[in-house]
Amino acid sequence: MMKRSAYFFVLVLFAGLFVGGFNTEVLSKVPEKDIYQPGALEPIDSTLKVRVGDQAPDFVLPAVTGGNVALSDYRGKKNVVLSFIPAAWTPVCSDQWPGYNIAKEFFDANDAILLGISVDNIPTLFAWTNQMGKLWFPVLSDFYPHGGYAQKLGILRSNGVTERAIFVIDKQGVIRYIDVHDINKPPRLKSIVQAMEQLGK
Amino acid sequence: MKLKRVLSFFFALTLCVLATQGVATALQEDWLKAGDPLPKITLLSPKNPAHKEYLGLSGEASFQIPDIKAEVVIVEIFSMYCPHCQKEAPAVNKLYKMIENHPTAKGKVKLIGIGARNDMFEVDFFRKKYEIEFPLFDDEDYTKHEACGEPGTPFFFVVKKNKDGSTDVVLIQLGGFDSPESFLQTVLDKAGLT
Repeated sequence: MMKRSAYFFVLVLFAGLFVGGFNTEVLSKVPEKDIYQPGALEPIDSTLKVRVGDQAPDFVLPAVTGGNVALSDYRGKKNVVLSFIPAAWTPVCSDQWPGYNIAKEFFDANDAILLGISVDNIPTLFAWTNQMGKLWFPVLSDFYPHGGYAQKLGILRSNGVTERAIFVIDKQGVIRYIDVHDINKPPRLKSIVQAMEQLGK
Repeated sequence: MKLKRVLSFFFALTLCVLATQGVATALQEDWLKAGDPLPKITLLSPKNPAHKEYLGLSGEASFQIPDIKAEVVIVEIFSMYCPHCQKEAPAVNKLYKMIENHPTAKGKVKLIGIGARNDMFEVDFFRKKYEIEFPLFDDEDYTKHEACGEPGTPFFFVVKKNKDGSTDVVLIQLGGFDSPESFLQTVLDKAGLT
């Protein structure tokens, strides 16, 4: 009898969890359930290997939309802003590129292209960026060899994700601005715009 | 006996649903709710004279929500970086226009926006991008979003000012509203302005 009661209780508990969970889902209109909460992290956990004034090392990385993108593709044509985000499906990152997505005019005004880079693999980046709507800028994967380009810059953290970092590179391929930001906070749009505006001066 | 077991099953199920919802609420929904005291949010007076006049402010450098000349204040917590807020911006603009053309709401209901964790550059960019006419404020030091319990965005809360000077949070809305028409009607109903 005791065994039957316990079985009955477990059954009801699972039924309750299912119904309760379903209701919570319906009530929550913002799909924050998909965002992994890592908690507060060490602000910076790597040592830069490049400095402002250095020639940026080249890369060839696969893009979410297919094909490869090389930094040298833009040599003599466009200024390049690299936006490294630590990981897909995390809080600050999920709200960073959608902001840049409505700010294309600042990049156009400064003859710059934005390239989003992460060490996540292509399928993960595909699913994650699809949730942001259509992005106007390429998103590249530095997945294999893992964080290969991030290591050349010195922004790969000890747990294998990158720093939240911005690099502005001019048309000659020279690094003109570096912001290895506190991983817990987004870089200000104003700082990026000001860095791009300095390129023409 | 059979009926008793069926009844006890549904009783236990109801308890479980309530319990799991309670846990979910405690884990996910610790933001401002209707009936809570109004959080203390200090805002810098807008530089735009039209916005100053809209809010009924004169020379003061800073103000709080109850200082706004209105019977009801709708506050939208948004972020320039939030795709849901970007999508919702035209509907919120429509809500503002509806209020300003509504025989009951005009002058009594005011609408402001606070850019969660956004600085003034980001707030100004959002305002220009979506041609927002109502006053928007920054939250560069994160304190305003924090005061509301850090809800997801967009998040709306509606404050009713009582004649004795007290305030009530009469409505909250997480995420976009169904339509500006129905939201305004709900605001008026909850504030007793109908």
